[in-house]
Amino acid sequence: MSTGADSSREPPRIIVLCIGNPDRGDDAAGRAVARALRASPADVDIIEEEGEATRVLTRLEAADAAYIVDASVSGAPPGEIRRFDVSTDPLPRAAFGASTHGFGLAEALELARALGALPSRCVVYAIEGETFEIGAPMSPAVAAAVDIVAGRLRADILRG
Amino acid sequence: MIVKTIKVDQLARVEGEGALKVVARDGVVQSAELNIFEPPRFFEAFLRDRMYSEAHDIASRICGICPVAYQMSAVHAMEDALGVVVDGPLRDLRRLLYCGEWIESHTLHIYMLHAPDFLGYEGAIEMARDHADIVRRGLDLKRAGNSIIALLGGREIHPINVRVGGFYRAPRKRELQPLAEELKRARDWALATVRWTSGFDFPDVVRDYEFVALRGDGEYPFNQGRIVSSRGLDIAAAEYDEHFEETHVEHSTALHAHLKARGPYLTGPLARYALNAASLSPIAREAARDAGLGPVCANPFRSIIVRSVEVLYACDEALRIIDAYEEPERPAVDLEPRAGTGFAATEAPRGMLYHRYKLNPDGKIADALIVPPTSQNQPSIEEDLKIFATAWLDLPDDGLRHRCEQTIRNHDPCISCATHFLRLDVDRGG
Repeated sequence: MSTGADSSREPPRIIVLCIGNPDRGDDAAGRAVARALRASPADVDIIEEEGEATRVLTRLEAADAAYIVDASVSGAPPGEIRRFDVSTDPLPRAAFGASTHGFGLAEALELARALGALPSRCVVYAIEGETFEIGAPMSPAVAAAVDIVAGRLRADILRG
Repeated sequence: MIVKTIKVDQLARVEGEGALKVVARDGVVQSAELNIFEPPRFFEAFLRDRMYSEAHDIASRICGICPVAYQMSAVHAMEDALGVVVDGPLRDLRRLLYCGEWIESHTLHIYMLHAPDFLGYEGAIEMARDHADIVRRGLDLKRAGNSIIALLGGREIHPINVRVGGFYRAPRKRELQPLAEELKRARDWALATVRWTSGFDFPDVVRDYEFVALRGDGEYPFNQGRIVSSRGLDIAAAEYDEHFEETHVEHSTALHAHLKARGPYLTGPLARYALNAASLSPIAREAARDAGLGPVCANPFRSIIVRSVEVLYACDEALRIIDAYEEPERPAVDLEPRAGTGFAATEAPRGMLYHRYKLNPDGKIADALIVPPTSQNQPSIEEDLKIFATAWLDLPDDGLRHRCEQTIRNHDPCISCATHFLRLDVDRGG
């Protein structure tokens, strides 16, 4: 039932969680999406993380809706963009296992789900990476995908 | 002859990547090999020709779980080489930083990696579905450790505020107060953790380890102390190389460390506790007693209780340090480069971490040696497997494999550190 109190409620907290290491080739994809989104402000929190699972979990707990961007390693062509609605289904772990200590994004999402802390709207954009060399720039295919994902995220967020 | 081989190709819930091969003949385990196949990382060679002031930040990159330990062993060894002693509030702040790392690293291991073994879950996610409140408590406790490191170190992982001689910036006393409030809650969660883990079912086994740890002067060791053992070793860090040696084994890219006189030894929570239990704070001593630990715990499966006691101690010690803290006049002491060799051992969460550096007159590093805890514990972990697994050979393969993995997880090995995860091969014969 709608009451007068609803109008004073805080608006839903929407986060865009951009994960990656800016100094490891295509792992920078998520961080580059954060920069692209900041260039045209939207009413969302754009957060950058290196991907440590308990920190990701803390970010998810504090959000009503979360859009997550990360690089993937699944064998798909470099720069390929995939969108996963993880509100209902787990992320395929194999493509997001690139964490140094075996506890990455897929695990953070499932831990959040098990704890009842997963935002009701939770979408992951994966950009397939090609090179993860320390100090290397992003590959051209991934750099091109960054702008496309930023555009799709704006559309997602506006749609609500 | 009946031969049985068990292989685990990728060890789960350990830091890094390794494998395990156990070979049994006629119902007796003949060999157990922990294979570490991560490529060697050549950190010691990277350090050569860098300045003395850079080693701790480079070495800390060896590990994302215990970077503080690498920073602390490096700065203490450099200060030893340069003839400088860091004392007073700066020394206390280093202990406080180390408290943060123990809380963070131990809690991750207790809740996320080790407890699922005792409660019959595949991992932390499956455990969280049935025990959400407990897992939340673990995450909150770990966060308190992160908060210490973020406040003192500038960020939670690979802190950037440590320097040879002290810190770049020392915190104001008032900045530490919010941390104290979080740590008071964390101390309650840590006490609940000791009670929780002490109620697990443990295999009834004991081992005759030679325990090796630092012994502080009336304090539970983090940064300083003599290297002592349960069989009478009592040396300064500078004498480490005389008493210990590292050897290469074919099945691992990590070196194996031994006591020259007696062979394998164990470092880490069980060793620290056995050699320093009297120096725990009253609340930690009382919790250990109520958990039924006794003065020495030689059952590696019960290490989860000892780790929980150490988390409780770290929370309590952090609160003591914050309460007594007086802001130092300067955040670091002055240093002049000079030629020399420096030695230091500090207590990383998983065990003693030894560093040795030789410096040229201009302060550049001529030679570096780093002996991480997992290299030291690897021979004892293999002996655990060899001794325990014989009794488990009648278990179905899955059960046997799980027990073997648990035996390794008892010691929270950080394979990434040691190389410089797990396949299990069990050869039972037949």
